Amino acid sequence: MENLWLIIGKADNVPIVMMIPLFAYYSWLAFKQATANDRLIADGKYSELQEEGKDRIFTWPLLTRNEFLCAILIMVILTVWSVALDAPLEQPANPAKTPNPSKAPWYFLGLQEMLVYFDPWLAGVVFPTLIIVGLMAIPYIDKNPKGNGYYTWQQRKFAISTFVFGFFALWLMMTFVGTFLRGPGWNFFMPWDRWDPHKVVAMTNVDLHQFFGIRSSLAAFFFGGFVVTAYFSLGALFYYWKRNAEFFKKMGPVRCGILIFLFLSMISLPIKMILRWTFNVKYIWVTPWFNI
Amino acid sequence: MPAFFDKMKNSLLKTQVWKSMFRHGYEDSPRNRYLQVLDNVWLHLHPTRIPRHGAYIRFTWCMGGITFLLFLVTAVTGVLLMFYYRPTAEYAYNDMKYLEFDVPFGMFLRNMHRWAAHGMVIAVWLHMFRVFLTGSYKPPREFNWVVGVILLTTTLLLSFTGYLLPWDQLSIWAVTVGTNMARAAPLLGHEGPFGPELGMKPDNDMRFVLLGGTQVGPPTLLRFYVLHCVFFPLFLAIFIGVHFWRVRKDGGISGPL
Repeated sequence: MENLWLIIGKADNVPIVMMIPLFAYYSWLAFKQATANDRLIADGKYSELQEEGKDRIFTWPLLTRNEFLCAILIMVILTVWSVALDAPLEQPANPAKTPNPSKAPWYFLGLQEMLVYFDPWLAGVVFPTLIIVGLMAIPYIDKNPKGNGYYTWQQRKFAISTFVFGFFALWLMMTFVGTFLRGPGWNFFMPWDRWDPHKVVAMTNVDLHQFFGIRSSLAAFFFGGFVVTAYFSLGALFYYWKRNAEFFKKMGPVRCGILIFLFLSMISLPIKMILRWTFNVKYIWVTPWFNI
Repeated sequence: MPAFFDKMKNSLLKTQVWKSMFRHGYEDSPRNRYLQVLDNVWLHLHPTRIPRHGAYIRFTWCMGGITFLLFLVTAVTGVLLMFYYRPTAEYAYNDMKYLEFDVPFGMFLRNMHRWAAHGMVIAVWLHMFRVFLTGSYKPPREFNWVVGVILLTTTLLLSFTGYLLPWDQLSIWAVTVGTNMARAAPLLGHEGPFGPELGMKPDNDMRFVLLGGTQVGPPTLLRFYVLHCVFFPLFLAIFIGVHFWRVRKDGGISGPL
């Protein structure tokens, strides 16, 4: 356990530890208001919500007062934090001495953790790009006019659960794993384990095509290509099957295509994680130029 | 005694100098409440009146404002740190020690800069979370959400470029891990898909441009310093301006339609 305390005690990891109560608190706060609003809407009292939204109050002093108090509180916290805890400074930079493990800044550890499951060109370049582009695309994909400007769960179940899954279960969870559970050699250590730099881990990973007895690299190329294409084609098939559903009809084919592509890309991460944990699968598609 | 201060105050408020700066009185009237916001360059970002829920901390979490406040803190402490810091491999680490042991409040300054930066990352994530949960990205605010994503990305890049500057083992290796990704970039990295086919080599690919060399070295320090102190703060400030302006132009704080 002492190892865990050591990592938690690292000054740079304090923000990650702080995030747990913060995100828990704000999720609860949002959920509480969402349930209250949902109940109001279920009782047919949406107009009450609207009325409240139309009620105008003076910015000075009612808003500026809150902003001012907020600023003071944050400055007090920041000052205490800065007095109590020193920013880390290790030995001078030495390009000849690689620390083990070498870790990125804490807010990128989710991406570094993704490197376990995907090659750098995917985990370090394509997926970050997709995350940014995907976030930007949200308002153009989400055609649900409801839930604009108030907390709700009942009216936006798909949007909220997808976002929360990506943000909490993937991004934040991976950050925690990368920070607290990855030791020397980027090996997995439970919190109570000692970080043993000599830990031996059997390399039992195999590529998916080897499961099917495919030996030639050409056959493996076509097999992997088929699997990856099939995975995304399933999305297209799903759309074709459900094209008349209210949800898809409202969005139109282009939005649906983008949504399904982004969704499948996101889900490919947990799929690959589970394949790795259960079947030791390393790559789905092996080619001379890239591996997926 | 209070009478004396009242007299002083009244005569001060009547001077031409005072009146030239503050154009309205302090009587608590609706007119003055409007003017308090309208006549103040800092406060005029606000509308004079807002929906009731706009002042509820449980609704906004105040996270956008906290992000902005923390940005201002990093800007002020950052400028002060620049007085003591030289972005060269010879001096950078020594200047950190100088800040820690010799500069009055140097360590406090550096702590505040670092913790405000970390806090800013958390606050900007929470702000995004809040805006998502209230559906505030929906029309007519779609584009401001896009601007927000740009700001979020820039915040992370600002924090990342600043991470290298202490020039210690922690920073150089964290940045090595981060920038190693660039060599795997498709087409543009020498280890990325189709990179070698396009003639990418360790000394001419995207990573080389980023680092100013084939590994994290003195040119990288200078590059990251310029990006951290000049380019990204300016970029962020411009988009903060757009973000705030769009909040007003898109109809103020979101609320039930």
